[in-house]
Amino acid sequence: MNDLAWINAALAAARPQAVGALLRYFRDLDRAEEAFQEAALRALKNWPKNGPPRDPAAWLILVGRNAALDGVRKDARNVALPVDDAISDLDDVETPLAERLDGSHYRDDVLRLLFICCHPDLPATQQIALALRIVSGLSVKQIARAFLVSEAAMEQRITRAKSRVARADVPFEAPGPAERSERLAAVMAMVYLIFNESYSAGDAEARAALCDEAIRLSRLLQRLFQTEPEVMGLTALMLLQHARGAARFDDEGDIILLEDQDRKLWNRELIGEGLALMDKAMRHNRPGPYQVQAAVAATHARAEAAGDTDWAGIDALYAALERMQPSPVVTLNRAVATGKVNGPEAALAMIAPLEERLSGYFHFFGARGAFHLQLGRKAEARQDFNRAIALANSPAEAAHIRRHLDQHLRDAD
Amino acid sequence: MLYAILCYHDENLVWSWSKEEDAALMGKIGGVRAKLTAEGKLGASLRLMPTTAATTLRKTQEPPLVIDGPFAETKEQLLGFYILDVENLEAALEAARQIAAVNPGGAFEIRPIAVFNPDERQATAIKT
Repeated sequence: MNDLAWINAALAAARPQAVGALLRYFRDLDRAEEAFQEAALRALKNWPKNGPPRDPAAWLILVGRNAALDGVRKDARNVALPVDDAISDLDDVETPLAERLDGSHYRDDVLRLLFICCHPDLPATQQIALALRIVSGLSVKQIARAFLVSEAAMEQRITRAKSRVARADVPFEAPGPAERSERLAAVMAMVYLIFNESYSAGDAEARAALCDEAIRLSRLLQRLFQTEPEVMGLTALMLLQHARGAARFDDEGDIILLEDQDRKLWNRELIGEGLALMDKAMRHNRPGPYQVQAAVAATHARAEAAGDTDWAGIDALYAALERMQPSPVVTLNRAVATGKVNGPEAALAMIAPLEERLSGYFHFFGARGAFHLQLGRKAEARQDFNRAIALANSPAEAAHIRRHLDQHLRDAD
Repeated sequence: MLYAILCYHDENLVWSWSKEEDAALMGKIGGVRAKLTAEGKLGASLRLMPTTAATTLRKTQEPPLVIDGPFAETKEQLLGFYILDVENLEAALEAARQIAAVNPGGAFEIRPIAVFNPDERQATAIKT
């Protein structure tokens, strides 16, 4: 790895903590970001010469803060100051740095930064864009590419999100325990949203970038909340799902369903880590929605062939999830497992009451069409598949259903 | 003499490497490993999962306390180790230098091994 790659990795790793601390100082997202940018520029100049600092985040916070304060002073006096000479030589600051930076803020700084991005005033698409820009430091271009929109449109989306956040008045004092856990829940939901967004992202590279970023943020949360089983569950869930990434699409970019995937392509390293995290989480005996969903993913990961899948176990897990977090989508997922255990009629009976609420949901019609098909009701199946195509979220989804139609229903009329 | 080379680095940073950077690094390390193995110096080596996957059993009380992860607020974590069978410290340092040369940072602790218990599972399985 050359200097530049190493420094970029170090900047990315230090970014959440550094921007979070700068936000606490300045209470203004734009100023915090600018200060970080300035510090990052100086790091690029300084680190190759003087070697990397022992604590890159602390270095960036101090340099960023000084640079920003300096900028304010400079503006006030309107005279040029020798900016670089004044602060970029940091040999003498390394030692007292640890004392000057209050490490106890670390957790709340990062949490606040993440929490600001998932403010309830922001629509989901803005939350994700803002988090990827501010916390992860992805470029507007990278984010635009992942969301299949133009750079200008993404720039606008992020600017709009920022100004909403600025008006939203997020409190800067350290949160109490109840508020901290509320923030954590909102942040976990946002991280999972980033992960799920990857399914409809532009191309394989953009997809992988969003997955990796979501997993990185989740590991970061886990370091901040080491004993929180739901965070372990969230990390495990994403690792176990991401492990199937290479098997999910064929060479033409078409979707391959879980049961048709080549399980040799599943990433054993990610599965191993996911299962290890599940073991840790279970010890706490405090189940939650992420742990249950991770347990479903773990059940798939443990099955050597699709035929070995413990569908009764998955059915029971979704039943538990229905109790914790009732939603028609959860029931739909459960119906797939129920269909495997008790047959398609039982599954159809289970989803019959959901039609109204899921009338705009691609997967509802895809699943129902498949149940009909299993029962030989070709006309109903065709109707459902056609509705699914109309509701598809991506060309790959539509193509997948169309292929299904071609294979099974060519002469159904 | 048996030595362990314990590799420490900031795992937050290490797990921020891109897949390509990581794969490139593992490729270079593979080269060093192959060379040391051919010279008869390298025994087992391994890479650990991040400490977020770790659990600690702490015997400050009875029964011992089970804690999530290492709680130590250190900047660098143990990420993996190599076992070396070499003449002396100088030779161990030389091997460590080769490993360090392909790594972007980190610390490599050269620690002599006092007792080495090899994997005896197969032998045991035959006996029972």
